[in-house]
Amino acid sequence: MTSSFWIRFLGNPRVLLGLIWLALVVIGALAAPLIAPLDPFAISGKPFVRPMDGFLFGTDSLGRSVWSGLVHGARTTLLIAIIATLAAVAFGGLLGALSGFYGGRTDNLLMRITEFFQTIPSFIFAILLVAVLSPSATSVVVAIATVSWPPIARIVRAEVMSLRSREFIQAAVTLGERDFVILFRQILPNALSPLIVTGSLLVATAILTESALSFLGLGAPNFMSWGFMIGAGRSFLRDAWWLVAIPGIAILLTVLSINLVGEGLNDALNPRLRTP
Amino acid sequence: MTGSSTRTSAAGSLDPVLEIRDLSVALPAWADRRLAVNAVSLTVGRGETLCVVGESGSGKSVMARSILRLLPEPHLRIAGGQILLDGEDLARADDRRMRQIRGGEISMVFQEPMVSLNPLMTVGRQIDEILEVHTGWSKAERRRRVIATFEDVRLPEPELIVGAYPHELSGGQRQRVMIAMSLVLEPKLIIADEPTTALDVTTEAQVLTLLKELQVKHGTALLFITHNFGVVAEIADRVAVMRSGELVEYGSAKDVLEHPQHPYTRALIDAVPSLVPRKHPEPSSTAEPILTVRALEKTYGRPSAGPKWLARMMPRLARGRRSAVKAVNKVDLDIRRGSAVALVGESGSGKSTLARCLIGLEQADSGSALIAGDEIVGRSRADWRPLRSRVQMVFQDPFASLNPRTKVGDIIARGAILQGVNPAAAMEQARRLLDLVGLDAKAAERFPHEFSGGQRQRIGIARALAVKPDILIADEPVSALDVSVQKQVLDLLDDLRRQFGLTMLFITHDLRVAAHVCEDIVVLKNGTIVERGLTADIFANPQHDYTRTLLASVPGRDWQRRGLPDQMAPTGE
Repeated sequence: MTSSFWIRFLGNPRVLLGLIWLALVVIGALAAPLIAPLDPFAISGKPFVRPMDGFLFGTDSLGRSVWSGLVHGARTTLLIAIIATLAAVAFGGLLGALSGFYGGRTDNLLMRITEFFQTIPSFIFAILLVAVLSPSATSVVVAIATVSWPPIARIVRAEVMSLRSREFIQAAVTLGERDFVILFRQILPNALSPLIVTGSLLVATAILTESALSFLGLGAPNFMSWGFMIGAGRSFLRDAWWLVAIPGIAILLTVLSINLVGEGLNDALNPRLRTP
Repeated sequence: MTGSSTRTSAAGSLDPVLEIRDLSVALPAWADRRLAVNAVSLTVGRGETLCVVGESGSGKSVMARSILRLLPEPHLRIAGGQILLDGEDLARADDRRMRQIRGGEISMVFQEPMVSLNPLMTVGRQIDEILEVHTGWSKAERRRRVIATFEDVRLPEPELIVGAYPHELSGGQRQRVMIAMSLVLEPKLIIADEPTTALDVTTEAQVLTLLKELQVKHGTALLFITHNFGVVAEIADRVAVMRSGELVEYGSAKDVLEHPQHPYTRALIDAVPSLVPRKHPEPSSTAEPILTVRALEKTYGRPSAGPKWLARMMPRLARGRRSAVKAVNKVDLDIRRGSAVALVGESGSGKSTLARCLIGLEQADSGSALIAGDEIVGRSRADWRPLRSRVQMVFQDPFASLNPRTKVGDIIARGAILQGVNPAAAMEQARRLLDLVGLDAKAAERFPHEFSGGQRQRIGIARALAVKPDILIADEPVSALDVSVQKQVLDLLDDLRRQFGLTMLFITHDLRVAAHVCEDIVVLKNGTIVERGLTADIFANPQHDYTRTLLASVPGRDWQRRGLPDQMAPTGE
């Protein structure tokens, strides 16, 4: 990464705002036991304590600290979203790379498989997968990754196809380089920037999917998460607004920040495509 | 109506159409210099041709675009100065006025006619649209005018071409349509930004003649942007030379071409490849052939008329579908060890396909090709590997042929490593090669984007040499480079060839470039060899009509021939 990239990236105020919020969330998630020593599932006080009344963000219907839930929930949500995204990027990237590089019959087969996954409504598919695999952290990760790899495969395929005909690839062929070396050392490093951008935006989608699954009670059991907090607090919306509002705002801000950073990455990596 | 005398109009006594005064155009903050155009003052007189010459990055195109205010604002913006069209300052005109001026009073012809035309509209409609916007004429009147303009630019069968889509026309025809488009409203000034650079040399000659003729007929002023001094000699009345955004020389064509004042102008003129074939020191006819090609064929595409039943049911679908194209048609070729052979032809002649077949990037359909006795036709990629150290290639585009994410040293050393040399030794050799091609050995630690086009092509040459090949195929290695750099790269190739006893197959569309580095020339047309022989013989006495046309089309050949006696000295020995 050149210094002009960093200037374009960090010089963008939207990126800075996004990064600041994301840094807060990550620090909170990492330091959860230190800054929120109360167990998020433990009954720590009276139910429905209002925010700033002994508890920073109040307590829920069972007297559990909302602050603890928020901080520990950040851990679960981020972890699941990031692992699921990495899995989707690795799998989709590999499939797309093979498809774009070999073309012809391989491409046809792999792209039909991709389309098969793309035609199923993704959230319903995720629910189905979690229900079949029985709810657990692993099955949530598997479900999110399974529904989110196809766009990655398509992007990588397109990128590899255009790079494959470039002269430096032909030069590698005439030097006698092997296919896999060409694919992994020459082509993929040059296809990284769209992959990074899509991947970062995928984290936001993964957070939303994870929250939605938890909201429906299909999240990882025994792990506090933002979606679960909203799901648990929704029946008390009129009496205890903070139970829904606080994790809801956390999700909103986090997803927004990731999108801001992702678009900032896109602008910085492809400066010519930027709209003034 | 062929006017050849307009060239003499004196610089002092002209009636200016366009006057540019102290024009400056600012670049964005991250650019390598502050101003793309720095205080340039120019005048274009009524009916005259002003050529603006410069290398890439000289600001000549930005200057031309700023006249019509076609700059990508806000990244590039006019920072100061005046652009006076008949006394009206365009730099301060509002958008509505600019729309009237664009096309109406000043029109522009761009370099690449394919991307300048809308692929979804017939060319007739695209011109009709201009008339519709700028005039109140009826449909029939407009149609008459479009057809008259097409006749003007010598498009064959104008009534038919009006209904054609851009992809149905050839490159030269598309550029004629662009010229028709710029002429249709009889503007005072046409700005042509390298309009012939993307065209073949024979088409280029036709388009230049046409432009000159039309200019005389309509009395339009022409601002012609080019990097090619041959073109300047062909059409310019006056010349402005630009470098790094500044005007370095400005005067009548005769003065600038014959008595250039500024050293930069002199260097540019000297760099124009000479039409005089080099004297080859040793006739290489005694050596054994290292590359023997017999009846090589390569066909692209299938008959695309579709299945028979479909053609019968819908005959219109199949109409005009081209069937297979024989890119290489029964080519026989013998190249002797240590010789340099130029493969000359226009685009579509099959010269690149032939080269790609010989290096294994394409598989020939039939025939045979032996490299030092080893058959290469029909080899799979894996079977090719042991032969990779025999043949190497220098690619056309130095900006696309180096992996932007690999260090230069690794790029060069890779070939040797694949041949089994240990990495440290290969890297050591890469540094020596960098030194050999005229770059600092420290360049090995840097990335390709830190180098200029000419330097990158040197890196490409070093990469090809790293495996110690017998045969070097150079596919238009200088056509993407500036003229001043072209000559250096050609001299380097020539020098290295002698030093290593390389056999060189040099692909080019430019006879002058071929004459500079090769003793033998093979002329290709439509996949077939039409003429072959010693460069000197072909230049002195071309046998085939096509070769004669090629030679006659070189822009500025009369001007170049004038300096013959002092250019006879052979170069690079």
